Amino acid sequence: MKKLFGFCAVLGGAFCASLPAQDAKKEIQRYQQMIAEGSPVELFELQGEELWKKPQGPKGVSLEQCDLGLGAGVVKGAYARLPRYFNDADRVMDLESRLLHCMMTLQGRTREQATLRVFGNDDRPSEMELLSAYIAGQSRGARMSPGTTHPKEKESYELGRRLFFHRAGAWDFSCASCHGEEGKRIRMQELPVLYKPEHARPVMATWPAYRASNSQFKTMQWRLNDCYRQMRMPEPNFASDSTVALTLFLTATGKGEPYHGPGAKR
Amino acid sequence: MAAGPMKMRATLNGGVTDVRVLMTHPMETGQRKDPDGKLVPLHFIQNVTVKLNGRTVVESQISQGISRNPVFSFRLKGGAKGDRIEASWIDNHGETNQTETAVA
Repeated sequence: MKKLFGFCAVLGGAFCASLPAQDAKKEIQRYQQMIAEGSPVELFELQGEELWKKPQGPKGVSLEQCDLGLGAGVVKGAYARLPRYFNDADRVMDLESRLLHCMMTLQGRTREQATLRVFGNDDRPSEMELLSAYIAGQSRGARMSPGTTHPKEKESYELGRRLFFHRAGAWDFSCASCHGEEGKRIRMQELPVLYKPEHARPVMATWPAYRASNSQFKTMQWRLNDCYRQMRMPEPNFASDSTVALTLFLTATGKGEPYHGPGAKR
Repeated sequence: MAAGPMKMRATLNGGVTDVRVLMTHPMETGQRKDPDGKLVPLHFIQNVTVKLNGRTVVESQISQGISRNPVFSFRLKGGAKGDRIEASWIDNHGETNQTETAVA
């Protein structure tokens, strides 16, 4: 006889915060494990795949012929090799800047139109978010190995490294102000020391990611954009050379880790 | 709003089938306000039904206390490779969605 003996629903939200630090840390780990088990990233991947194959723009074509670095239309394993130098655009590109490039060249869309809504909300994810979910998901298990040999890649890495430590803005912050020393936290969240490979590896191998606290799928460009907002710096341009450089610096620092995202974050 | 995708996985593990169902749904509680300050009306999945080879094995009534994009997972005793599992939901607006998969 077939018998049902376990039924559980994953709930979001409610979470106790008034615990001693050590217990709280353990509770956070338990919570992170729970959201990872109940992660709906696959739903975003499915919607992203649909979007990838949907004809759009003045030319009415899909993105399926977009070259993400491994040849036109090759999605499998492509994310793990980004950012990298692209000959046709003569610049280093991360996933989102490459997607933007394809939207403009293949689909004939303008930059303004394609970047009108790059960060979505919980009711409607943005195109970039859905596409990132799909493409990153196709790299599961592939080792992170961004481009680090071409002179432009080296130049971009160096720029990213400098930006990481560069203090500026109203608060004189740099990325390293929060991510440059062990044992720092924002509220109860322990901060990774991102210039150290052992810290950068698990982080870079799980972005883009689903954030359970606001039910949204978020891209790496969003992560950097929000870090700059938190540092009270001017908003970086979407897919600009500086954001790509930072992504390359972080990804190259964490290289070698098998990609196991899209992750689920608190 | 058209129902978003749904995904299900069912794997046999030593006589027990692990079933995991992912559903896309806003699961509005009726208490949230939109940017204009108006309440967002209740919109939530009311019933989830799971069938194994056409026979109902789970019939659940759930409410707005469940998170957005819910995940349901449960374990089923018995079940064999290739058995057909169907899952479907209906929400308080009468919208439905369903998916099916074979036990692997």
